[in-house]
Amino acid sequence: MLQAAVEEFSRLPGIGKKTALRLVLHLLKQDQEVVARFSDSMLRLRQEVVYCRQCHNISDQDLCEICRSPRRDASLICVVEDLRDVIAIENTGQYHGMFHVLGGIISPMDGIGPSDLNIESLIERIAKHKENIKEVILALSTTMEGDTTNFFLFRKIKPYDVKVSVIARGIAIGDELEYADEVTLGRSIINRTPYENLIKK
Amino acid sequence: MVILFALKFFTFARKPVFMHLLKLSLFNFRNYPEISLEFSSKFNCFAGNNGTGKTNLLEAIYYLSFCKSFSNPTDTQNIMFGQDMFMIQGQYKVNGQEDELYCGVKRQQRKVFKRNQKEYERLSDHIGLYPLVLISPGDAQLILGGSDERRRFIDGVISQYNHDYLHHLLNYNKALAQRNAMLKMFAERRKFDAASLEIYDELMIVHGQMIFEERKRFFDDFLPVFNKYYGVLSGGTERVNIEYQSTLIESDFAQQVLEARDKDLIAQYSTVGIHKDDLTFFIHDVPVKRYGSQGQQKSFLIALKLAQYTFTRDIKGFSPILLFDDIFDKLDENRVEQLMTLVSNDTFGQVFVTDTHLERLESLFKKIKAESRIFSVEAGDISKVSTQH
Ligand SMILES: [Zn+2]
Repeated sequence: MLQAAVEEFSRLPGIGKKTALRLVLHLLKQDQEVVARFSDSMLRLRQEVVYCRQCHNISDQDLCEICRSPRRDASLICVVEDLRDVIAIENTGQYHGMFHVLGGIISPMDGIGPSDLNIESLIERIAKHKENIKEVILALSTTMEGDTTNFFLFRKIKPYDVKVSVIARGIAIGDELEYADEVTLGRSIINRTPYENLIKK
Repeated sequence: MVILFALKFFTFARKPVFMHLLKLSLFNFRNYPEISLEFSSKFNCFAGNNGTGKTNLLEAIYYLSFCKSFSNPTDTQNIMFGQDMFMIQGQYKVNGQEDELYCGVKRQQRKVFKRNQKEYERLSDHIGLYPLVLISPGDAQLILGGSDERRRFIDGVISQYNHDYLHHLLNYNKALAQRNAMLKMFAERRKFDAASLEIYDELMIVHGQMIFEERKRFFDDFLPVFNKYYGVLSGGTERVNIEYQSTLIESDFAQQVLEARDKDLIAQYSTVGIHKDDLTFFIHDVPVKRYGSQGQQKSFLIALKLAQYTFTRDIKGFSPILLFDDIFDKLDENRVEQLMTLVSNDTFGQVFVTDTHLERLESLFKKIKAESRIFSVEAGDISKVSTQH
């Protein structure tokens, strides 16, 4: 039984066998209630969390908190790779628009083509609300895959005559949104550049 | 054009920096338990039968320049059998100043590389500081091997002076790999989407075009230098040529990518682009690969590497160390003498040579009257035979 529990923990990203054993031994020392609460919350997380119908952010309802909020600026859509980016950008407190979570970036070598991402729903969303959307902000990682995805999205959005911008580059050395500190990230969201200026270079 | 300018600039305007290896010490490196050698600033020769370990000495010198072996990519396999670690130490003289290089490899530990007692954080900071060109039997792959060997050769020379080139090359290769994966994905899913493919087409075209133009420019400068060296080696009796082949020479790259699309979809990989470029080597308009004698092929390779040497020298502003590993076989005496006379010139720096015949080396260097030191190598034991000033 101990072996099975250790096995499950070591399946988690970033957890090796040693750490898994330490976590299991820690749980063993706790009151039964504590462990019950722990496993219950894990189970509910998986069972009750759904993805927002509009932006694919996690949610407890059909539409997520951000999409439901009347205080958010619905004329701005910030396109990000995954949840971690939403959290990072929310933490800056500098952005008050909406999101669209792609669920990754295009990389055929990793088996991810455009149709595996939430791109079609983004285009539909833009087509449907194009009178109300002022700007789509691309906030993907500055890797070649991120650039390729930006380029693909730009071409898809272009026919709808909506402004497309990218967040200011050179955020951090690590380059990934997740690692950028809040101040720099906040600044790069405010100082974004129109995509067209970028490809002219 | 840039390189031509550089050639002129360095040849005429800059006083050459002189660099040479003064002393080499080995500890448990391959078949050497412990050894220390002092070198001449010009020619140094290691004579011995095959299997005595003379090439291992060149390996050690190569290690100090490139932080790795030229024949074995696994560091720990260079540790003497049954031992835990090896050390290589080299004392260099660069423009009158002495530099000390140290390389240590211990089993199950990372490699330690130091310059003047200070450890490098990144080995890439070291590579290029003590330039070296190796000419060895392995070079035959340049003629006999696949086209990737020849592309690697030109890419290696160009990236030394053009940093953008490397950037374009990396981006091109990545776009190519993604495009090929995309073509496979279409086949697996039985679904084709032009818009997805076009993003990679465009990347390949932008970077591919830059690479093509740089390779073409490079050849215009490289060919005369190569021709000059081949002429010296052959006594000027043979007409040689190198032809750069690329589909991009014939027509517009963008057009080609578009036209190849159906073929690419069937093949499930990209059939046109600079990843298909090749070089063909000719002697008297006949391809060397198929018709050249072994002696001609060898002279061809040596001329190629000497031309590479010249480019490296003019970029760095000083003469790299030159290693000749066992290249005298299959070369007639005349060519060997021409070659050694050529590299005894001041524009070539320190030279290391291995050969199986001690007497051949002794009479050769006596004849060309070059400053030299000859060592006899016998199963891990080295003795100095002669020094000539
Ligand atoms: Zn939402």
